[in-house]
Amino acid sequence: MADKYNAETIITETQKRISNAFDVFDHESNKTVDVREIGTIIRSLGCFPSEAELHDVIAELEEEEPTGFVRYEKFLPTVTKILLERKFRPIPEDLLLQAFEVLDQQKRGHLEPEELTKYLTQEGEPFTQEEMDEMLSAAVDPDKNVILYKDFISFYWQDGHPEKQTKWSSNNRVDEMGSSDTQTAVAGTSGAAIT
Amino acid sequence: MGCGTSIAVENQTRPSETDGSIKQPSPALTIKAAILIQRWYRRYVARLEMRRRYTWNIFQSIEYAGEQDQLQLSSFFSFMLDNFTQINGNGPDLISHLLDSVVDPLTEEVRQLKQEQIVVPESYSGPHLSFPLSVTDTNALLCAFKEEQTLHGKYVLQLLYETKKFLKQMPNVIYLSTSYAKEITICGDLHGSLDDLLLIFYKNGLPSAENPYVFNGDFVDRGKKSTEIIIILFAFLLLYPDHMHLNRGNHEDHIMNLRYGFTREVMQKYKTHGREILQVFQDVFSLLPLATVIDNKVLIVHGGISDKTDLDFLSTVERHKVKSALRVPKRSIDDLSVRACSRSSSRHSGRSRLDSPHTSGRTSRASRRRKKHCTKQGSCSSSSSSSSSSSSSMCSPRVSSRNTPRRPPPSPSLPSPTDVLQVPFLDSFVSLEPPEPPREELEWQQVVDILWSDPKNHNGCSLNAFRGGGCYFGPDVTQTLLQKHGLCLLIRSHECKQEGYELCHNGQVITIFSASNYYEEGSNRGAYIKLGPELVPRFFQYQVSRSTRKLTLHQKVRVAEGSALRALKEKLYAHRSELMAAFQQYDIDNTGRISTSEWAQVVESVLRLDLPWRTLRPRLARLGADGNVEYKSCFEDISLGELIPPVTPNLAETLYRYRTDLEIIFNIIDKDHSGQISIEEFRQTWKLFSSHLGVAVNDQAIDDMARSIDFNKDGSIDFNEFLEAFRVVHKLDVKEQQQG
Repeated sequence: MADKYNAETIITETQKRISNAFDVFDHESNKTVDVREIGTIIRSLGCFPSEAELHDVIAELEEEEPTGFVRYEKFLPTVTKILLERKFRPIPEDLLLQAFEVLDQQKRGHLEPEELTKYLTQEGEPFTQEEMDEMLSAAVDPDKNVILYKDFISFYWQDGHPEKQTKWSSNNRVDEMGSSDTQTAVAGTSGAAIT
Repeated sequence: MGCGTSIAVENQTRPSETDGSIKQPSPALTIKAAILIQRWYRRYVARLEMRRRYTWNIFQSIEYAGEQDQLQLSSFFSFMLDNFTQINGNGPDLISHLLDSVVDPLTEEVRQLKQEQIVVPESYSGPHLSFPLSVTDTNALLCAFKEEQTLHGKYVLQLLYETKKFLKQMPNVIYLSTSYAKEITICGDLHGSLDDLLLIFYKNGLPSAENPYVFNGDFVDRGKKSTEIIIILFAFLLLYPDHMHLNRGNHEDHIMNLRYGFTREVMQKYKTHGREILQVFQDVFSLLPLATVIDNKVLIVHGGISDKTDLDFLSTVERHKVKSALRVPKRSIDDLSVRACSRSSSRHSGRSRLDSPHTSGRTSRASRRRKKHCTKQGSCSSSSSSSSSSSSSMCSPRVSSRNTPRRPPPSPSLPSPTDVLQVPFLDSFVSLEPPEPPREELEWQQVVDILWSDPKNHNGCSLNAFRGGGCYFGPDVTQTLLQKHGLCLLIRSHECKQEGYELCHNGQVITIFSASNYYEEGSNRGAYIKLGPELVPRFFQYQVSRSTRKLTLHQKVRVAEGSALRALKEKLYAHRSELMAAFQQYDIDNTGRISTSEWAQVVESVLRLDLPWRTLRPRLARLGADGNVEYKSCFEDISLGELIPPVTPNLAETLYRYRTDLEIIFNIIDKDHSGQISIEEFRQTWKLFSSHLGVAVNDQAIDDMARSIDFNKDGSIDFNEFLEAFRVVHKLDVKEQQQG
């Protein structure tokens, strides 16, 4: 890393990013956010927690007597730690592909909407009907009425990452500290298999 | 819930080596795969949600900043009026004709007679109205507008005169009852969106004795069909006077209309009668009632309330005198109980200009009053900064109204009117109790608060610096007012909400907004309320859509975000010089790069938009190899159109930034709507405007520019062409289109 980015700068920059994200959801401009938005904020900062992991974080952030709101004073230190420790790491593209392939045991290259629905609304940390509907509306190929998951992943991988979308993607370094969405930046998980 | 962390793991082989006969994956594996996909997708949705939110923030920030700019424009008009600018021999008449409630030499009767004499040509294929109106007429109007026809100017004028007559006998506050009908329908802002109005009528039925409606203001501006909407609403108003009710909104204001599109729309659709139509609209708007009360329990106003709001006082206000909320009533010397300080009067020719309306933004009332007193001191040395505020403030560069942060300032206690002021008299100082603000000003204040205020969640009542008018009112203010008048609910509009409606103040305040896709296709829903005798509101939402297929969340976000970012980039471009100067201050070594922090700081302070700049940065500027922001890249995407008069970059930027204002001014000057103004008019206007803004402009540069735009060398400028040259092109979009 370049000299400019010593530990202090990293922390400051991270905290400013957190502050920015927090502010977007601080509707009343009083340094609090609705506890139901915590998942959205943390995820938008580059983390991929599971629902269970998220519940733990929220438990930590809530007040002694839950008010339905989370204060910035509590939010900042907890989330700074999460980002700096790179908890809840991103899922690399190939790992995601493998996940779909596990479900597609017949190796057809696609999944039926009913199949995917069954898996995602019954297994793991089930989707709500709304979540499932929204995913299907985006994922199902209108002509063939199946989910071509490889295409789906690569399209959304690109679009969900503005750095790749615009011509201004920096090739040399990840420009957002700790938000490594690209698979290369995360050590240790690339090339992993689902075990 | 979900799976635990320790699950017996089966031997996992690479997918390509899988034995094709295995149909079902192991349960453990399935669960893991499912969780992975769910984790990924939920993260993706969160990201979309973040984009949607900041897109929303961008639109709102720009909208409110624009409204603040509006105050600047109106102060310019005040400036022109007060200085009796002679533009091509058309004196104050030209401006005041449009801006002031000048007493028309023609009486109402004479005007109506003239209007009746207008002949509708044979070739006219639009609807014909006959007064008094009947259901046939309203149906004809609805049909005609659906087919994109225009109502002839004669009928528009007739409709307006009848509406004016009708509204004159209406009180400021209208009291309704639910006992005669099943339910009352309450709609919010429409802003020229005819599609939304038609959708509401389709879902909810047309207004009638069995189906009463209240429309809560902001019928016009922004959308392209404001005239159609207002015609329909007025027609139903005349047809069902007891079952159709309209509240005034902050856009039912001729000065707002100048900027936000209604004036332009009228002048474009009504070339012959446009000016007269606008004149009557000015009166009619100011005659619209200010509030509606249902069953003595539910108060409906467009914006909100303040801690000064009092329904009894409001009922006595002469509402028609408040033609525009943007023009503070002038104070005359008579209002002051001491006519002293003859020394100073020689400095300012004639009447000293006591009022400093909007050039200094919305300062608190008392401090404005203090300024007024101090102007009389003239040469007194003790008159510190405030004395300079009198006539020189007219030409001060635009500063104050933009200094206000988005977040509401902590609730300041407005200085009490009993503050004692020191005023010089002869050789000594006299203690004066500042006089009570004249009635006219108090009335104006009441109206502005009703039309412009927004609810906030902190207690107290503070000046709405963000908007530049009205207050932020807290739950305590709501509670107090509702209790004072025995009410249980406040329904208001004025703010766009994603779901079309929103509750706050513990359910005591409802915001209702009826223009769907207000910022952009897919940005928000519209909604209306139905209220029955039990006074429990029911909400109905809808969204107008151009496409028949339902857009995915992702597509909606993408479109809206693209639009917001374009608007933001244009803002950056419009302030290029300022931004570059500030960037360069941080870039001492001239590397062309500064840190993200520095970049965010500069942009926020120059644009004065409270947005999450760090989160937005990847969309607006590029990073260099060392991770710093290449600040010039923010301007790369935008270029001015091809056809541009040869001007210096600075002048180009200034013209670009103020092009909307210029357009409005040109439209006013161009009395016969020919699209042409003389070079002289152009030069004078530009000089005035730039001196008002405090922008240094080279005379020679203006002359050169003027002459070069005069393409056919006949001494006149086609200003539409001129303005067209300052439209920008978004290069990335062009590229996408070329590749797509």
